[in-house]
Amino acid sequence: MIVAKRKPFDEIKQLLKGYKKVLNIGCGTCVAVCLTGGEKEVSVLNMEIDMARKLEDNPIQIDGFTIERQCDREYLEALDNRVNDYQALLSMACGAGIQFLAERYPHIPVLPAVDTTFIGVNQAVGWYEERCRSCSSCVLGLTGGICPVTMCAKGLYNGPCGGTNKGMCEIDSSQPCAWFMIYERLKEQGRLDCILEITPPVDWLNQIPRTLVQPGYKKPE
Amino acid sequence: MKSGSNLEKVLLAGHFAFTGELGPPRGTSAEEVRQKASFLKDHVDAVNITDNQTAVVRMASWAASLILLQEGLEPNYQMVCRDRNRLAMQSDILGAYALGIRNMLCLSGDHVKFGDHPTAKGVFDIDSMQLIHTVKRMRDEGKFLGGADVEHPPRIFIGAASNPFADPFEWRVHRLAKKISAGVDFVQTQCIYNMEKFRTFIKMANDMGLTEKVYILAGVTPMKSVGMANYMKSKVPGMDVPDDVIKRLKGAEKGKVAEEGIKMACEQIEEFKTMKGVAGVHLMAIEWEHKVPEIAERAGVLPRPKV
Repeated sequence: MIVAKRKPFDEIKQLLKGYKKVLNIGCGTCVAVCLTGGEKEVSVLNMEIDMARKLEDNPIQIDGFTIERQCDREYLEALDNRVNDYQALLSMACGAGIQFLAERYPHIPVLPAVDTTFIGVNQAVGWYEERCRSCSSCVLGLTGGICPVTMCAKGLYNGPCGGTNKGMCEIDSSQPCAWFMIYERLKEQGRLDCILEITPPVDWLNQIPRTLVQPGYKKPE
Repeated sequence: MKSGSNLEKVLLAGHFAFTGELGPPRGTSAEEVRQKASFLKDHVDAVNITDNQTAVVRMASWAASLILLQEGLEPNYQMVCRDRNRLAMQSDILGAYALGIRNMLCLSGDHVKFGDHPTAKGVFDIDSMQLIHTVKRMRDEGKFLGGADVEHPPRIFIGAASNPFADPFEWRVHRLAKKISAGVDFVQTQCIYNMEKFRTFIKMANDMGLTEKVYILAGVTPMKSVGMANYMKSKVPGMDVPDDVIKRLKGAEKGKVAEEGIKMACEQIEEFKTMKGVAGVHLMAIEWEHKVPEIAERAGVLPRPKV
């Protein structure tokens, strides 16, 4: 899932400066699972904003509305009749959702309330870790299911570098060295031959906005 | 002959090579580079010019390399993958060669987190293995990475680093083998303090036939103080400093610790001279360039061969 983190409150407050009537839109999918931008987080943030603005003697009307997915037209439609009552929209979705919202309502300022952080896993409630950089050319089949692009601080395809430190990464002694883990896992599986060959330079495919149209489907005109 | 560099000629002639290292300044003083170079002149076969080492901004390694050329020394131009993409790297290689640089050391580079711009974007477009292969392809096939022809290919003697001490130990020779198939001509190792582990590493490399395919220069850094030894042991990733080394330094008479460090380095060099599979020594006398003549003299590596 996509993991996001709420922006510092002062930054959100600064973004809302000058607006008196705002709709805060939550997203019920990834950001709700990681406890950042679902219905509950929308109400909590709204209460904080409401209180802060009252204290400043500059009240704001901030309402909340959470849809299933902000990255999906089907769900955004539910907002069509609501947004025009507001001076600005605050979004607690990931960067994709925020942009899709802004694209649908280009006449209304859309402001982010979260920083989109990574594609990751749910280790436990409230604990998430990055696992994928969506590089568009997956090598997990060669690297024992451990991503060198994401998990190696240098994103090396032919690691480990000389900085691996007792199985840990040179940048942080609490961060395991990706290539040490890759080696250990492949050794365990009897597949070290996977990394004996040199991996050639990568064709970076994530340098321009990417589009995917599945076979049998077409981009609408 | 691949490059005709002095270092290549020395190694090819079967001499025990002796290389040094020079860190460019954090400013614009060519004089500072010349000053450091003066200590190394005639005492080493080539001088590594570090490339923003420890991710701290310094004078460009190609620029400091050129100053060395002006002074009559041979640079070993270091290039890290951290700061430039494949376009910049290949164009720097062309420029470096055009201006007389003949040796290159291809490295990944320390992570930006260690340096003076810890939030910079680390590039790592290609890694050190891929960089080695890029230089080899430019030299031997006259092709850029993208496939186009290189006009007048650069004849570079290709170097890389090897850390025999980083984990997993048993993988280190395989990584060296990968660098050899990528096209490396010579390898300089991480500073060696754990001689026993290094002997094992070299034996493994000998057994795999690797030392017949690549020149290995053993890395030596004399310890200046007990504090330095402790720091290297605990703070420098991938460094292996056995307790015996620290104990011996601690046992030195007051004011004689650095002397003991030099003595230890000379003993190491003595052993490397006769160690099968070791083709020379790379002396990294960090901010201690003025001591190089004395160390070289005492290590019995002078005069350097004229080839």
